[in-house]
Amino acid sequence: MGYKTDYARVHGHGAAGEGIHHWWSQRVSAVALIPLTLLFIFPFGRTLGGGYEAFVATYSNLWHALVAVLFIIAAFAHLQQGLQVVIEDYVSGKAARTAALLANTLLCWAFAVAGVLSVATVLFSA
Amino acid sequence: MVQFSLPKNSQMRTGKTWPKPDGARNVRKFQIYRWNPDDGENPRVDTYFVDMDSCGPMVLDALIKIKNEIDPTLTFRRSCREGICGSCAMNIDGQNRLACIFGMDEVKGDVKIYPLPHMPVVKDLVPDLSHFYAQHASIKPWLETKSNTPAKEWRQSIEDREKLDGLYECVMCACCSTSCPSYWWNGDRYLGPAALLHAYRWLIDSRDEATGERLDDLHDPFKLYRCHTIMNCAQTCPKGLNPAKAIAEIKKQMVERTL
Repeated sequence: MGYKTDYARVHGHGAAGEGIHHWWSQRVSAVALIPLTLLFIFPFGRTLGGGYEAFVATYSNLWHALVAVLFIIAAFAHLQQGLQVVIEDYVSGKAARTAALLANTLLCWAFAVAGVLSVATVLFSA
Repeated sequence: MVQFSLPKNSQMRTGKTWPKPDGARNVRKFQIYRWNPDDGENPRVDTYFVDMDSCGPMVLDALIKIKNEIDPTLTFRRSCREGICGSCAMNIDGQNRLACIFGMDEVKGDVKIYPLPHMPVVKDLVPDLSHFYAQHASIKPWLETKSNTPAKEWRQSIEDREKLDGLYECVMCACCSTSCPSYWWNGDRYLGPAALLHAYRWLIDSRDEATGERLDDLHDPFKLYRCHTIMNCAQTCPKGLNPAKAIAEIKKQMVERTL
């Protein structure tokens, strides 16, 4: 039982001064993903079933490698931003929320860097 | 985590079934949420039968008839009876409505009435709206000016006045905020559609001189950006307003001042 007034509870720590960057960059990554997904998915689909050689043949091409890297960056940026919203919406415990947000950021970065390095390896080793 | 089941002491039980009125031929069944903080019991749903031949057409007419003629302990808020005070907001037939302007002919089958969702209940159909009102107060719902007060009045063109249409009509009934899943899960920090619609009403007012400060106060991942355009607010508003659009306009203003 506390005696904090309703107004004090609503005011809390005041406005964080954040939100617009996250909201806007989520929309930017969404728009970027429209052409990038289309450009990425067809060459990627053609390599499926062809083994490692098929991947090397496609991604040793600078254009395909560039599209793949941009797609990976945009997709994981969008995933991180989207999952952050879901976590903030549905995970209410302070500790659980912090842990989930941390895991989300670290894992998305790890997967994005791994993806970019994979494409770079194929490009530069060809 | 989000709770999908009710705690034990909030789980609803079947309540009392009140007798049908004698000699009535046109009877309608009402199932109404009841909870009394003083008896230590769980909430229950009582069943009432109302003679529609001697009852007005609105849900509030039936509630008043039940209170007057069947069960005087039934508790609900009401005042103006014409959709202007916002007191009788409640969940009728699964939708948040103003009981006074919601006709019973719009409900198929039994009329089920619950308090506004996800708010603490004071008693029966009366929710505790203290937090909701404090959120409204927090957006400073008044004209903020720094210039010297004019001798007559703060003037406004007809075009600028028209920008307030669809905003000033809000009666703060809380139907929109309590229908919003984002408000259910994060209502302690998310201001909700009603408070944000009012915030936009002052942001767009040509006479107001605190637009920047108002945007600063809203620039927060929880206060504003919990709105995911679910649109329940616009669907349920008994006055036909569109709080989701007002929130989108605030987000646009936020972008405009950064780009």
